[in-house]
This record gives sequence, C-alpha cells and structure tokens, in this order.
Amino acid sequence: MADDATSGPGMPQLDLTTFSNQIFWLVVTMVVLYFIMSRVALPRIAAVLADRRGTITSDIAAAEDFKLKAQEAEAAYNQALADARTEANRIVEAAKAEMQAELDVQLTKANAEIAARSAESERHIAEIRDNALAMVTDVSNDVTKEILTAFDVKADARSVTAAVSARLKGGAA
Amino acid sequence: MLPCVIRVRKKGTRPVADESGGLSIRPMDQFEVKALFGGDIAWYTPTNVTLWMALTVLAATALMVLGARRRAIIPSRGQSAAEMAYGFIYKMVEDVAGHDAVRFFPHVFTLFMFVLFANLLGLIPFAFTTTSHIAVTAVLALTVFLSVTALGFILNGTKFLGLFWVSSAPLALRPILALIELISYFARPISHSIRLAGAMMAGHAVAKVFAGFASALGAIFFVPVLAVTALYALELLVAVIQAYVFTILTCVYLRDALHPSH
Repeated sequence: MADDATSGPGMPQLDLTTFSNQIFWLVVTMVVLYFIMSRVALPRIAAVLADRRGTITSDIAAAEDFKLKAQEAEAAYNQALADARTEANRIVEAAKAEMQAELDVQLTKANAEIAARSAESERHIAEIRDNALAMVTDVSNDVTKEILTAFDVKADARSVTAAVSARLKGGAA
Repeated sequence: MLPCVIRVRKKGTRPVADESGGLSIRPMDQFEVKALFGGDIAWYTPTNVTLWMALTVLAATALMVLGARRRAIIPSRGQSAAEMAYGFIYKMVEDVAGHDAVRFFPHVFTLFMFVLFANLLGLIPFAFTTTSHIAVTAVLALTVFLSVTALGFILNGTKFLGLFWVSSAPLALRPILALIELISYFARPISHSIRLAGAMMAGHAVAKVFAGFASALGAIFFVPVLAVTALYALELLVAVIQAYVFTILTCVYLRDALHPSH
C-alpha cells in the first residue's frame, strides 16, 4: 500500500515528530498515576489488608478463648457429673446397707420367734404325747382291773400296774 | 457508493478510498498520533495519546481508589479486584526482587497499572493503544534501566560491577563472560521496550487486517470474523501477560541492583 503525503511514514511508531508529544504526556501520566497510587490507593488498601489481618487474628484469638472456656465448662460438667454419680452410688450403698441391717435384724427376730414357737410347739406335742401315754396306762390299768374283777381274780393294784406298764413298755419296744 | 472500494473504518481512521480500486486495508493507521483539536503536533499539544493516557489513569484510579473506597473488612467485588492486584504485585516484588525491594513497590505497581490498563483500553474498538508506541515503552524501559543502574551503584558502589564478573566460572572464562554480561545488560532496555510495543502493535495490526478481509470476502465474511474473535481473545491474554512480563522483568532488574552478586 502506498502512503500518500498526509499519512506520513509506514509505521506511525517511527514518526519522530510525535515523540516529544508522547514522551511529555507519558511523563505527566506516570507522575499523576504514581501520586494517585502511592498517596491514595496503596496506603488505603494496605490499611484495609492490615485491618482485616488484625480482625482475623483477634477473631481467631477470641475463638481460641471461647474454645478454652467451652473445654473448661465441659470439664466442670464432667466433674459435676462424676461427683453426682459418686454421690448417688454412695447413697445407694448406704441405703442398701441400711436395708440390709434392718433386714438382718428382722430376720434374726423372725428366726428367734420361729425357733421359740417351734420349741413351744414341740414342748406342747411332747406334753400331749405324755398325757396320751399316761392316759393309755391309766386306761390299761382300769381295764385290766375290770377284767380281773370280772374273772374274779384277786390282784392288788400295785402288781397290776407293774404288769401293765411292763407290758406296754414291751409293746412299745 | 463505490462498489470496488473497500472501506476500512476502525480505530478512528477516516474512510480510505483507494484510487486504483481493490483491497485497501491500512492496519497501521490506528497507530497514528493525531491532535485532538486539529493543528500541528507540538510537544504540549493534546493528542489521542493524551486522551488514552488520561483514560488509563482514570481506569486505574477507578479500580484502585473507587473500588476500595468503602474500606470494608469483607470486600466488595471491586475491592477484591483492587486487593488482588495489590497482593499480586506485592508478592511479585517480594518474591522476585527480595524483601528489601518492597520500598519500590509503589513504583513497580504504578508501572504495572499503567501498562495493564493501557493494553486493555487499547483493545476497545477505535481505541488508541499508547503502549504500542516504541516512544512510550522505550521511555518506560529506559527509566527502569537508568534508575536500576543508578540504584545499583548507589547501594553497592563498585561492588555492583560484580554483576558482570561471574565468580563461579573458571578464571580464564571470566573476561569473556563479563563482555557477554555487559552486552546483555545493555540489551535489557531494548528487549524490555520492544517486546511490549511489538506485541501490542502486531496484535492490533493483525486484528485490523482480518477485519479488512471480512468486508472484502463478501459471503464468507464469517471466516475472518471468527478469526478476529479468536484473535481478540488471544489479544486479551497478551495484553495481561505483557503487563505481567514488563513488571516481572522490572523486578528481576531491581533484584540485580539490590543483590548484584551472582
């Protein structure tokens, strides 16, 4: 493509007549941009970043603190729980021991009563048996006397009694 | 209506009528420096350079000052972007140039913001890309080069010359290496400036050529339109990457000035 007179050289980049203009405006631009960045933008962002870092650090510290407190509370709770359990066990043990003692006393008393009653009963039974035996002896004596009277056999009371008791003893043996 | 003449109107150029007819794509017109209010261009004349540099300052200020104006602990989207830019460049300076280079962070940040927004604003159709001009990038690169060299001598005295004396190499090789190091050191501002201007200029010129094809090809116009679309995405990437490269090279040079020993 041919350049006409107005468009200058093929590459506008090599048109030296515009260099001073570009360089002047570039210097102005860079100075302005540098002051905006270094005086306003960068300190502001640095402050924001530092603020955030501070906030995060303090938040983490606070969280750590809360965690510690929570752990303490949990330990206290567990301690209380353990204490309560021990106390409960102690009470249960005490109650059990008390009940056992009471039971033992009652049991002993009951056993003694049972023993006393059975002894009484045995005594009573023995009495009845003795009575019955005595009655049997008396009846035997009377019946023997009556029979001897009926057969007109003369016998004194003493020998009859001795014979009957000997007979009863022999029968029993 | 001239059926044979293709008019390419992009980036503020006047319609061009080619007398011979046929294809007339003028991809370099977009880089022309023009006075805003007519007349000759003197060093103080407000030109499209002035306009787009002012817009660059406004855009950077909008992001960094207006974006962070609420100073919120929980940032808004704008503030997040501003903080991200701050953190990105801060970390770059700290990682690449060392912790004692942090005092030059505002300078490096200003450089990054200017190049980034100049590149990005240049991608707006009809915009003028200030960083596509070697005059601009060369001044930036030379400023970096001269200030870093001066800084090296001020901070380290003659020990700064140790940068060229590779003490880990065999003694016989050292003078040769010193020569190579010296040449590469002085090539820095050249590569630093031409890389940025070249990347910007090439991308915009190619985009314009494809756009010109779109009007020339008639029925199959969509092929160059698709190409321009893809190219535009690529250029967006290039705009950011070139700003990044320009800044990180500045940090590398800064590190050499602060710690010249190999």
